[in-house]
Amino acid sequence: MSIAVTTQIICFSVLSLVIILGALGVILLESIVYSAFLLGGVFMSVAGLYLLLNASFVAAAQVLVYVGAVNVLIIFAIMLVNKKEDLKPIDNIKSRRIISTSICLTLLSLLIRVDLSNIWRLADPQASIGEESTIRIGEHLFSDYLLPFEVASILLLMAMIGAIVLARRDVMNEDISTGLPVDQELIEKSNEPLLMKKN
Amino acid sequence: MNTGLDLEYSFNEILKGFGLSSELAHIIWLPLPMLLVLVSAVVGVLVTVWLERKISAAAQQRIGPEYAGALGVLQPIADGLKLLVKEDIIPAKADSILFTAGPILVLVPVILSWLIVPFGQNLLISNVGIGIFLWIALSSIQPIGLLMSGYASNNKYSLLGGLRAAAQSISYEIPLALSVLAVVLMTNSLSTVDIVNQQSGAGILSWNIWRQPVGFIIFWICALAECERLPFDLPEAEEELVAGYQTEYAGMKFALFYLGSYINLILSALLVSILYLGGWGFPVPVEMIAKILNLPINAPLIQVFTASIGIVMTVLKAYLLVFIAILLRWTTPRVRIDQLLDLGWKFLLPISLANLLLTAGLKLAFPQFFGG
Repeated sequence: MSIAVTTQIICFSVLSLVIILGALGVILLESIVYSAFLLGGVFMSVAGLYLLLNASFVAAAQVLVYVGAVNVLIIFAIMLVNKKEDLKPIDNIKSRRIISTSICLTLLSLLIRVDLSNIWRLADPQASIGEESTIRIGEHLFSDYLLPFEVASILLLMAMIGAIVLARRDVMNEDISTGLPVDQELIEKSNEPLLMKKN
Repeated sequence: MNTGLDLEYSFNEILKGFGLSSELAHIIWLPLPMLLVLVSAVVGVLVTVWLERKISAAAQQRIGPEYAGALGVLQPIADGLKLLVKEDIIPAKADSILFTAGPILVLVPVILSWLIVPFGQNLLISNVGIGIFLWIALSSIQPIGLLMSGYASNNKYSLLGGLRAAAQSISYEIPLALSVLAVVLMTNSLSTVDIVNQQSGAGILSWNIWRQPVGFIIFWICALAECERLPFDLPEAEEELVAGYQTEYAGMKFALFYLGSYINLILSALLVSILYLGGWGFPVPVEMIAKILNLPINAPLIQVFTASIGIVMTVLKAYLLVFIAILLRWTTPRVRIDQLLDLGWKFLLPISLANLLLTAGLKLAFPQFFGG
């Protein structure tokens, strides 16, 4: 076995271990902050797997989008609303956990079955794309994948408008969910000094 | 285009002469350039710290460090030694795991980015195809480390500093990437070596700064913001936030932040010189000089001469930019956080988008000048 192959196997096993343990940590840890940081670690390891597959552009894009944007925003949001608040105890937590675990395990076994029964084939197993992959991705994005690419941007636009509507409820005249008029104190408050009120 | 010096090839040939297999020679070779770059990055930090002390002193009509070595050149080493032997304190109510991991996450991506900095045709660790994109991706990891250390310190100033750092770095990454994209559009390649070679045709006249003046300014502003240098050092604004996310840090952990910010500054200066100032190129093309002197370009002596000129030019351009950054730090006031975000989102982003559109149009209209 050559040194390159050995390195590859070691890297693969370490990365897979980190992904599996990290993903378990994301859902099982009590602290939401730890979960968020572990999620970043999982994203990074997935980028490492892409690197092993010779897809360096996809790996860098994974780091840029998932670690640099998605995960940073998740952590950012957690820290902005980081209230120390005890969660309400839920009834029959044990049976709920057993049900959700069994559903997850069923899904996992289904996925394993799919993985084993399907024959995974590359379009051309001999052609190693490597550094050319950036050009290929560009060609596909502007030809046969143009419509999905554009639709994805519409999806992002919808998500953004939704987020603005939810975050800026105070600028609307009436509440979108209840239909009642909301008080506009936040935006139309006259400029009174706060210290005067105490007298 | 000549291939220039290929140290790796000659090193491997020598080792094979001793009867080692080529694989083993490759493994012995691998850590050498990495160590060299790491050492040069740290030495670069020492030089920059000394420059910062001296230039700030000159800007304020002081003398600056004087007693440690001639002109105080040993002062940064004394600073480093002091940080090295200081007690490593973790606050009692801090989260010790995240508190330790934060500075590491800040420093490692910056050092990894040196992978793509070329000092000559073959004088870089790895000419990866995604080149400059790797740097953009890696620099986006940094805010996680800043948020982590801000949160783990259990201190409101640290948390605010961390949040500011993340907001700043997210908003300035987009114009930064867009201005890089304009250069990439002209080069037809993401590789840093190709970007420099594309500017090497007519010496100083073919540098990208003439074809991308707007991109150059946007990139420089964004690079300063990403490095958290004044006028954009809000995350650690002393008068408002004590020291931002660094407040609770001491000893070697603080030194990691310190190293990280200075390595990042040098890296940004190097990348500006690679993207816009012709990288290792001499203002007059070396090929032209060799032709005038009637020397063959592939002669070993000329090769060594070209390589050393390349290194000197890259470092010279980078340190010129570092000098400008230091001068800016000691002469400009800090912007407010709302001004900072306004500048990023409402000014730099539209301008960099327009610059990208203009570059694409010019590339199609004048392919001979804008890399068709």
